[in-house]
Amino acid sequence: MFMGYSLGELGSIFAMQAFAGLILFSVFVLMSLGLAIIFGQMGVINMAHGEFMILGAYMTYLTSQLFQAYLPSLNGIYFFVAMAVAFVVSGALGMLVEWSMIRFLYKRPLDTLLATWGLSLIMQQAFRSIFGAREVGVELPDWMMGSLPVTDTIEVQINGLFVMGLTTLIAAAVYLLMFRSRWGLQVRAVVQNRTMAGAVGISTERIDRYTFGLGCGIAGIAGSAFTMIGSTGPTAGQLYIVDTFLVVVFGGAASLAGTIASAFTISQAQSTMEFFMSGSMAKVLTLLVVVGILMLRPEGLFVLKVRR
Amino acid sequence: MTPAFTLRAKDLIGVVILALLLAVVLPLVLDPFRLNMVGKYLTYAFVAVGLVLCWGNAGILSLGQGVFFGLGGYCMAMYLKLQASTPEATKIQSTPGIPDFMDWNQITQLPFFWVPFKSLGFSLLAVVLVPALFALVLAFALFKRRVGGVYFAIITQALAAIMTILIVGQQGYTGGINGITDLRTLQGWDIRTDSAKFILYFVNVTLLIGAILLCQFVRRSKLGRILVAMRDKEDRVRFSGYDVASFKIFVFCFAAALAGVGGAMFTLQVGFMSPSFVGITPSIEMVIYTAVGGRLSLLGAVYGTLLVNWAKTSFSESFPELWLFGLGGLFIAVVLLFPNGLAGLYRSYVEPRLGALFGRKRPAAPDATPAPAE
Amino acid sequence: MNATPISDQMAPDFLLAVEGLTVSFDGFKAVDDLSFYVDENEIRVIIGPNGAGKTTVLDLICGRTRATSGSVKFKNTELTKLKEYEIVRAGVGRKFQNPSIYDDLTVFENLEISYPRGRGVVGALAFKRDRAVKERVEEVAQTIFLADLLDQRAEFLSHGQKQWLEIGMLLIQDPELLMLDEPVAGMSVAERKKTAELLNRIIKDRSVIVIEHDMKFVEDIAHKVTVLHQGKILSEGTMAKVQADPKVIEVYLGH
Repeated sequence: MFMGYSLGELGSIFAMQAFAGLILFSVFVLMSLGLAIIFGQMGVINMAHGEFMILGAYMTYLTSQLFQAYLPSLNGIYFFVAMAVAFVVSGALGMLVEWSMIRFLYKRPLDTLLATWGLSLIMQQAFRSIFGAREVGVELPDWMMGSLPVTDTIEVQINGLFVMGLTTLIAAAVYLLMFRSRWGLQVRAVVQNRTMAGAVGISTERIDRYTFGLGCGIAGIAGSAFTMIGSTGPTAGQLYIVDTFLVVVFGGAASLAGTIASAFTISQAQSTMEFFMSGSMAKVLTLLVVVGILMLRPEGLFVLKVRR
Repeated sequence: MTPAFTLRAKDLIGVVILALLLAVVLPLVLDPFRLNMVGKYLTYAFVAVGLVLCWGNAGILSLGQGVFFGLGGYCMAMYLKLQASTPEATKIQSTPGIPDFMDWNQITQLPFFWVPFKSLGFSLLAVVLVPALFALVLAFALFKRRVGGVYFAIITQALAAIMTILIVGQQGYTGGINGITDLRTLQGWDIRTDSAKFILYFVNVTLLIGAILLCQFVRRSKLGRILVAMRDKEDRVRFSGYDVASFKIFVFCFAAALAGVGGAMFTLQVGFMSPSFVGITPSIEMVIYTAVGGRLSLLGAVYGTLLVNWAKTSFSESFPELWLFGLGGLFIAVVLLFPNGLAGLYRSYVEPRLGALFGRKRPAAPDATPAPAE
Repeated sequence: MNATPISDQMAPDFLLAVEGLTVSFDGFKAVDDLSFYVDENEIRVIIGPNGAGKTTVLDLICGRTRATSGSVKFKNTELTKLKEYEIVRAGVGRKFQNPSIYDDLTVFENLEISYPRGRGVVGALAFKRDRAVKERVEEVAQTIFLADLLDQRAEFLSHGQKQWLEIGMLLIQDPELLMLDEPVAGMSVAERKKTAELLNRIIKDRSVIVIEHDMKFVEDIAHKVTVLHQGKILSEGTMAKVQADPKVIEVYLGH
């Protein structure tokens, strides 16, 4: 299959493929961060996670429409407003869901899974009723279009670079919040010993609600970032849910660094294989390898030995 | 009368009532089209009944039952497709004698794994054994390493996704997104006629009643009690000298084999099999049938399957956009408000009144009100 | 019982020989190079402050936790290589700290599941509740004061009754080595007395390892006491000897 390519061309292809892999990596990280917080810290499976992302994407779409209609002069910065809107709306809905549903199910993780699946169906249909079944896209601000030439044969898209930068920022923010702030300390305290955390005056219920809200809000930002590289439809969330869960489980549910490492491994494997075979087979092989490794090492790739 | 005896009698009465409803009442009141539709729903009931054992009793939630349903269905469909692809029937193809979709995909020879499906006996065995063996490999790897709960659910869900992508992607070998269609005869018997569908409906009902009785036997045996014990206190069972994994493997494979039979009956009655019955969405919908019926009740699972599918059909006919709201609401309601489903409602509201009617005290059923499995 | 542990020629016929047992979690040694020996028909009590590694020792013997190094020999069979259920079948029974019973099953069914027959998948499917099973269950139920509650769902038992039920589930297995983790914890005075009586009856004809905090209870039943501290043996011997040991006093009474 390398026939007909010069060495330089091959190098360029691999570089571009690696760049595509990096974008996929960013997407995976964005998707998984919210889930890693909710699943890793709270042990809750939120099957509607994908729909929270799509909610963020639709919020971005709405904001861009509003800017175009009323503030066309500020179109260059609408995206930053949209991200904030996406975070707040998804996060608020997440907190509402936690309050009305999830909190009754903390002792029944499998039931949470079913209930949130129901939620995802309702959200999908709501998107379809409100925004229509067709996919929608946003208009990128001018500065985000086009690509940067790195060499004669290699060029990188600016929106891709932007998503990568954004991912780095958000990952760093989550890290600071979870491991360097007092709030993060409280969250981790509740995870490790709920009774004791309650006894020392932490409102465990409030921590649960905000943690869930934060996870959903980050999903919203992820959805917002998606609009930069693709269009949004009502059922797009379902496409990502399996990948996202596997990334989190593969990384070892409780570890943020593990999540990022596993997102990197899976995305690079998939984009590299896509060069050699059809997209669907690359996906099948990637998922199979992940499932296979999980069979051999169910606790995930990046966990320390701990006492049972 | 010991409580155990009353229970057994009560169970049998329930099975008899269900059998009468399915085999006498419905065929009398429904036209052939609707009866065939009920027959289609009842093939899902095989999955639902298996999930009662697997999820309700043993606490193992599989979100990949569609895979086993599909495997059983595809095994049947491959046999029927080969029956329909005689060299005479396919002589306009560039390679006569192979299924049409292979010909369209420039495949010139029957793939090796299709060859054994020329035999009916092999195909019938495969309907049960292929899903069971697939489940065995998966369950062996996961349960021996003590993977359970949500991890197991997620991995089975990933498998459902993988299987769908694989079937859709490998069009030449599987028929792709359309599935295996245009199935005609079984050993020369045309399955598309109304009379054939009528007969297949009864075959289906018989198999389903047989499956329920088999499940009842398993639940009444010590193995059934061990499953419940494991769901409660896995470590205690392990330290009572049991190899916990082997029991989980058994019940998972058992449920998979049942699902395979359901899939095969689906193919026979509906006349095709496609990846849309394999993926994440159908798999998790099959769980809701069991949940609505009552995750601990075999009969409830059958009624739950019928009810949800009936609602789906009637809603989709008149208000298609409302159906997803309804189904989503059902998932949430059944989990939050009625974790024991229809069977739970029956036991709390109907049975006491029935008991009063016949002037008998209600026996304390051991599985009447357990907390939902985690 | 004819083989002799090579490492200790002085005393013949140990039922259980623990040698050099070590387990570390993330570098923290919960049990550190531990060796002790239990004779046949001996009642050994393990005491020690919280976090001394008592429960971990039981976990290691019954296979719940895998040892980092060292050996556990039961009737000269190496247990550290066996699976949990194989260890149970070899004759080691274990009671957990919190009553560990099956809430959704009746007392009868709880005991029946522990009856050592039909432990494979096929065996369990073919298992018949015959006279031998019924008689044995009733006999054990009598011993653990639950004869009148056989058809009761275990969920509705009192805390003390649950502890007894779990002890009964072990009795029905008839293990040669019985390990009990705080069998009287959380019991009322009356229940405690009844439990002591129960234990005194069932410890005949078998070896027992008990973890217990209640010193009066320990004094009543122990043949030999092992004091653990930070994963190591601090002192070992008769109750009187251990109580007089200055190291033990230091650990228990503080500095």
